Amino acid sequence: MGVVKLELKGISKAFGTFYANQDIDLVVEPGQIHCLLGENGAGKSTLMNVLYGLYEPTAGQILVDDKLVNFRGPGDAMAAGIGMVHQHFMLVPVFTVAENVALGAEPTSFGGVLSIDETRKKIRDISQKYGFHVDPDALVEDLPVGVQQRVEIIKALVREAKVLILDEPTAVLTPQETDELLDIMRQLKAGGTSIVFISHKLREVKAVSDVITVIRRGRVVGDAPPTALASELASMMVGRPVSLTLDKATAQPKETTFVVKDLTVRAPNGTNVVDGISFDIAQGEILAVAGVQGNGQTELTEAILGIQPHVTGSVTLDGKQLLGLPVKDVLRSGVGFVPEDRTVDGLVGPFSVAENLVLDLYDQAPFTSGISMKPSKVAENAEAKIQEFDIRTPSAGAAAGTLSGGNQQKVVMARELSRPLRLFIASQPTRGVDVGSIEFLHKRIVAERDVGTPVMIISTELDEVIELADRIAVLYKGKLVGIVPAGTPRDTLGLMMAGVGPEGGSHDE
Amino acid sequence: MTSKDQTPSKDQTPSNDQTPSKNQTPEESAAEVRAADVALDTAGGTLEPSIVPVSSQSGDTGHHEGSTMRRIVMGNGFVSVLAVIVALFLGGLLIASTDKTVAETAGYFFARPTDFLLALWNAMTKSYVALFQGSVFNPRQGLMPLLETMTVATPLICAGLGVALAFRAGLFNIGAQGQIIISATLAAYVGFTWHLPFGLHLLLVIIMGVLGGAAWGAIVGVLKARTGAHEVIVTIMLNYVALFLLDFLLNTAAFRRPGDNSPISPRLDETAAYPVIIPGSRLHLGFLVAVLLTYGVWWMLNRSTIGFEFRAVGANPVAARTAGVKVPRATILVMAFAGALAAFGGVAQVAGTEKVLTGGIAAQIGFDAITVALLGRSTPWGTFFAGLLFGAFRAGAVQMQIQTGTPIDIVLVVQSLIVLFIAAPPLIRSIFRLEPKKKNKTPKAARKAALANAAGGAK
Repeated sequence: MGVVKLELKGISKAFGTFYANQDIDLVVEPGQIHCLLGENGAGKSTLMNVLYGLYEPTAGQILVDDKLVNFRGPGDAMAAGIGMVHQHFMLVPVFTVAENVALGAEPTSFGGVLSIDETRKKIRDISQKYGFHVDPDALVEDLPVGVQQRVEIIKALVREAKVLILDEPTAVLTPQETDELLDIMRQLKAGGTSIVFISHKLREVKAVSDVITVIRRGRVVGDAPPTALASELASMMVGRPVSLTLDKATAQPKETTFVVKDLTVRAPNGTNVVDGISFDIAQGEILAVAGVQGNGQTELTEAILGIQPHVTGSVTLDGKQLLGLPVKDVLRSGVGFVPEDRTVDGLVGPFSVAENLVLDLYDQAPFTSGISMKPSKVAENAEAKIQEFDIRTPSAGAAAGTLSGGNQQKVVMARELSRPLRLFIASQPTRGVDVGSIEFLHKRIVAERDVGTPVMIISTELDEVIELADRIAVLYKGKLVGIVPAGTPRDTLGLMMAGVGPEGGSHDE
Repeated sequence: MTSKDQTPSKDQTPSNDQTPSKNQTPEESAAEVRAADVALDTAGGTLEPSIVPVSSQSGDTGHHEGSTMRRIVMGNGFVSVLAVIVALFLGGLLIASTDKTVAETAGYFFARPTDFLLALWNAMTKSYVALFQGSVFNPRQGLMPLLETMTVATPLICAGLGVALAFRAGLFNIGAQGQIIISATLAAYVGFTWHLPFGLHLLLVIIMGVLGGAAWGAIVGVLKARTGAHEVIVTIMLNYVALFLLDFLLNTAAFRRPGDNSPISPRLDETAAYPVIIPGSRLHLGFLVAVLLTYGVWWMLNRSTIGFEFRAVGANPVAARTAGVKVPRATILVMAFAGALAAFGGVAQVAGTEKVLTGGIAAQIGFDAITVALLGRSTPWGTFFAGLLFGAFRAGAVQMQIQTGTPIDIVLVVQSLIVLFIAAPPLIRSIFRLEPKKKNKTPKAARKAALANAAGGAK
């Protein structure tokens, strides 16, 4: 396996008048892990799509081993030894690993007959060499996410990639799987493969990279060594000093007003996606629910809100049973609810910011009398909230769907915090939100706790859980692995997220 | 190239079996695919970094199918206007192609091209001038043709509003035809069997007709909300049910004229008909009702809580549900309202223009209403003016045929072309070289590229 030096010179990529990348120089030395660090929308992925032949650069040159190349598509990039693993896998779930790897470059014997054995052998070889433990005959849909990712890496390696681009590879992994991936990256590097590692997670970046290039608003801000302080990197990313630690007084829990008992949600296929969960939250306390995505978090929050059918158990707020009530009545009982995906269930994209700010209050005074809404009151409310939450929008009448992630989230948060609450539930409160807004949103959540509201945070980001929680509950396969105090070590939490109880017992089957 | 010794890993990598297996539900993986799409869209940086839609990270705006429909149904009003112009031009070419002088001059086109072009221009303008004279103004009748246009437009506007309202709530109401038929049937029955004083009689005619249409629409809403049946299929089938029910009724004694076997109902009582508002024309009170309805629908959509719910459900049902809107209830209600609006069209037909019930009472109004709503971008006033335009086509076509011999059917061609152009906005944009919305173009390229990439790309 030869080594390849990759160089980007003055790359610009414009969409209309807007430059997603401007004048970017980047040199990936052979056998290095080169990290691209930047916020969402900084232009990292655009740059990599240019490099991978998906976009044609508006200006600039790509050099492989000092030779000018011109990629017309991913095929050219692959031929030049560049492979890419997308954040969202491009695998066919019902195919085996070998079939997936072969897809697109199927080896054939005489007469066009597919000879999958050849691929199978290659997979075994690569798997052996890097310790991937991937069975070429397993169905992809049966594999855990971490292993699926390895299949993607194998796909690139079989095509003899010498530079591997990993686009936000850790977004879907547990902390343990992340550590394994970092190990794999180190092994690949040792084997001579260069890696371009795209991420916005400072911890991982510092752990694995040889060089860090920070990108902000489509431009290279500068390079940094992996020894740079996290706060330095963060302020390079954002362009201003950011405090990464939240100033948070210790919780003053008062009366316990929110109690969940034996909550079970049955999915249409008969399994229990939430399985006999019991917990409670006191006023003035934040309970953070940790867990890898897809372990019942969505169903848990939706069951409390009253959207899920087939729920048993009990959910009481201030002694009142919430289960069985329509969503509207649950909200009227004083529940503020920030859903996990603002674009899907938090906002109506084509509606204006002002309308979205009253999305669940539209039929209440002062916004409505009878069935007649009062546009002036809606507008007044919007102006006030835009001020209070620093929502950056061209106007209150702009469609919410056109705002940035952070500002959309502020709209949702502003709406849910704008009435007296008896319980505040926020699911993935800062997912896809820029670092600057995260700081702000976290402060608001803590402020809500400090006025004495029970707060429940659901997050798949362990950093966020650790930052906010007064107590941490860990979900695994719909079951509560345990509830531990804040300050529980990361490793313990990571193991719990993999189903191992805090005392060491396994919850797995 | 053994690398184990160089690997700075602290511990032996745990084997896979211990990694938590994450069960991916189908919805989840679907969400991921969608997310992948969006990630590519936005990662392309088609938007200013500060306003890159969140979707790039957190899943997706979803509803691809829905958004296509939304784009067609609620697109740019400017595209509507251009679509009409292009359709008229193409219709004009079609008219000219049958013209004798055009054919003759084409014979010596290369010798004297001006002759041909002049003939072409004459043929086109002659027909459209006749169309205009038949639908808006001519020296002989003054503005009388405009009144006729308004008369013909009345049921189109009402039914168009019904279709538009449903569109706004995300429902494709193909059932205006059936709703018109049912309401016309009920209204006519009340109109010729009951004999009541003026005012009260008309009021009852309207109420019965509208209740009938609302019920016919509500059936669709209930089926959709309770069983998940698709409204397009249900409405199409209910159109047939209504049509043949009417045919059947017209052959029963209750609906036939005494002593007459033809399937025509007795004439409605004078007290049951909409009074004519401008003497000498056919323009009746129903037109004013249509104006009021247009305002009413505007008010409902933009000023009332119920309209807010409808629009929210139409734009993002999941978010609406999360915000406490009862989506099934909204579905049933909006279909009932849509049916009621279409029903006003049925009442206008039977109590305004026709005054008798026949098998063809609804003509093509229920289907034209879909076009009208499309052309009006599903806004109430847009629908109103689109209805007037179509009314003008209908009213003027007769005059056009008399004056120039151009067949009435050419109007149908123009109408169909309009729909075609509205359904394909990029076509209009490329004809007029309009800058496409930056948003739309690049993601498409990116998605194509992504597909190629997914397939391995190493061809």
